[in-house]
Amino acid sequence: MPNMSPVKNPMPAQDPEVRAGNFQEVALGYSPETALDEAQRCLNCKQKFCVGGCPVKIDIPAFIHQVAEGDIEEAYRIISRSSSLPAVCGRVCPQESQCEGQCIRGKKGDPVGIGRLERFVADWHNAHAEGAVDQPASNGHRVAIVGSGPSGLTCAGDLAKKGYQVTVFEALHLAGGVLVYGIPEFRLPKAIVEKEIDGLRALGVEIQTNVIIGRTITVDELMAEYGFEAVFIGSGAGLPKFMSIPGENMNGVCSANEFLTRINLMKAYQPGAATPIQHGHKVAVVGGGNVAMDAARCARRLGAEVQIIYRRTEKELPARREEVEHAMEEGIRFSFLTNPVAILEGEKGWCGSIRVQHMELGEPDASGRRRPVPIEGSEEEIPADMVIMALGTSPNPLIKTTTEGLETQRWGGIVVEETTGKTSREGVYAGGDAVTGAATVILAMGAGKTAAAAIDEYLSGKTAGSDKSGEEPG
Amino acid sequence: MYRIVEKRALNPTVILMTVEAPLVARRCEPGQFVIVRADENGERIPLTVADFDRNRGTVTIIFQLVGASTLALSRLNEGESVHDFAGPLGRPTHTEGLKKVAVVGGGVGCAIAYPVAKKLHEQGTVVHSVTGFRTKDLVILEDEFAAVSDKVCRVSDDGSWGEKGLVTDALKQLIESGEKYDEVITIGPLIMMKFVCRLTKEYGIKTVASMNPIMIDGTGMCGGCRLTVGGQTRFACVDGPEFDGHEIDFDEAMARGGAYKAFERHAYDEACALFREVK
Repeated sequence: MPNMSPVKNPMPAQDPEVRAGNFQEVALGYSPETALDEAQRCLNCKQKFCVGGCPVKIDIPAFIHQVAEGDIEEAYRIISRSSSLPAVCGRVCPQESQCEGQCIRGKKGDPVGIGRLERFVADWHNAHAEGAVDQPASNGHRVAIVGSGPSGLTCAGDLAKKGYQVTVFEALHLAGGVLVYGIPEFRLPKAIVEKEIDGLRALGVEIQTNVIIGRTITVDELMAEYGFEAVFIGSGAGLPKFMSIPGENMNGVCSANEFLTRINLMKAYQPGAATPIQHGHKVAVVGGGNVAMDAARCARRLGAEVQIIYRRTEKELPARREEVEHAMEEGIRFSFLTNPVAILEGEKGWCGSIRVQHMELGEPDASGRRRPVPIEGSEEEIPADMVIMALGTSPNPLIKTTTEGLETQRWGGIVVEETTGKTSREGVYAGGDAVTGAATVILAMGAGKTAAAAIDEYLSGKTAGSDKSGEEPG
Repeated sequence: MYRIVEKRALNPTVILMTVEAPLVARRCEPGQFVIVRADENGERIPLTVADFDRNRGTVTIIFQLVGASTLALSRLNEGESVHDFAGPLGRPTHTEGLKKVAVVGGGVGCAIAYPVAKKLHEQGTVVHSVTGFRTKDLVILEDEFAAVSDKVCRVSDDGSWGEKGLVTDALKQLIESGEKYDEVITIGPLIMMKFVCRLTKEYGIKTVASMNPIMIDGTGMCGGCRLTVGGQTRFACVDGPEFDGHEIDFDEAMARGGAYKAFERHAYDEACALFREVK
């Protein structure tokens, strides 16, 4: 008999006042009892609308059914068939607009807590799983993956499971891409990312850090000299955007990428860390996406009074609802319908305030959202000794400029065939933010999955090894 | 891990290290840089390639002890390894078609100027090197510069080495004496490069300055290395590190370079105290 409560079991979380002073994970996860109770809310519908909302098509009712039956390991097996990073997705997916957005239970009351159950299953597995994974027998084909973020790791995992010899090249010193440099510890503990990556290593995936494809080795060299038969480019959208307003290069002004990389990748929030970080007193974060929320919540944890400056209203905030709520609970103030026009000097060479203009919503723009229009004479100065720009990112041009014949969009995104991830170069596939521009972890994973299937199809018709030397780099 | 095959002090605060990094050695060119982390908790620091040997697969870096991270790097010995060594990053120095160039280096910047002078010399460009140091004890790469230069001008602040004076004085003399350069390439402290560029602007000589701002990733991701060139924001890591010296906003670059000074000073003092205790 299903549990007909209209309310989703709440996620236990650290108290807002306590967590605003630490970097430990905010959401604590369901207990087995809560998970069972929540799983029983699933009606196990025939139509499976939820699966249609999932970019990697996890068989959601099937795994939830196993949770309800108490066979968590089987639930994990079902999720793993479709997802290489369940512990990550359970935490960072925007479920409200995907699986849970399609859930029948959501029509009258809350949808089933699919994300929370996914997280429960993955964490349970990670805590209880034992023994080595069987390495699949090699089929002799070698594939190079550029970038170890969500799309690259997914593509690597899917191919390794099919017996491909996969090497992942990462530019930074640590694998994980945005999962390690971008998303903070309190939202996605790095130990979890590490565990997922260890899982890929156990499947035989080799990860080479400190290799910048486009600089250290080019895509052409990967294929012509190193003997890779196919390449997947999942290099992300790493280049931060700025506003081009006066004062933007003053000290105290940085991109969210810089701020978050110092904190997440370089652990600059820890006492004694080698990498410095500015501890602002009054911090203004410009932008309204998940990255803006992450930056604001990090600044809060470093002791600042934080204000988010966003040019539209609360309704248009692109961030996940949960992140916005968490930020508000933690005491972060939101200044809606406000747009920065200049950054003004305080102490010599350092920013002291931000001049903003108030806005109102006009006619809808190309994105369908109502365009913010400045209100004449509404300028105001907000004190800020630190300004963090979280305005989005664009694809890194390194690969585009060093790979001949790789077709890209005007704005830098790599052009691919949507159903396969195929680029204009034979044997070269791409996916994730490098193709779409800044998007979500799960969409990148979906693209990695699509490309893995296409690469498998492309290479399974070929003889392994071919005539290439197969020299091992580095 | 990247093994250190050679390490020696060039002067009391400048250290040369040659590191096994075959993939970097294979592709790097003068003007490019690497990101180095001494140990697994280390800071990522950008260091310009001072030399390389493609056959041996080694890359040489030369660095000055300025903070806790360079101090940590300097504690590593031959046979030990640096934890991370990634590159080559940035664009190589543009040398094509240059017939006659003045290479102006100041202090540890000479370590970066040297491979550029060497490359120019090897391609047949006439190279005049102008090198400056505060005092004789700090001089580095004296013989190396001599070997790749058609004319050598040496200056020091106190007159203990070469002529007493600044690199700008020496460069001005060369120009005034009728030397005609296609280009001046300058690498050194920001304040020195600022005045070199101011001088060459008067004479209308194209000048390239190599910038070494604060960076984290070195691949275009953080934007920490941004500077204003010709009124536009550029990233030193992907657009540079070399820019048209007459267009660079040096005052802004100097302010940005000092952003973490207090932190660095504190970290350096702490690291020094720690090493004293260990001893």
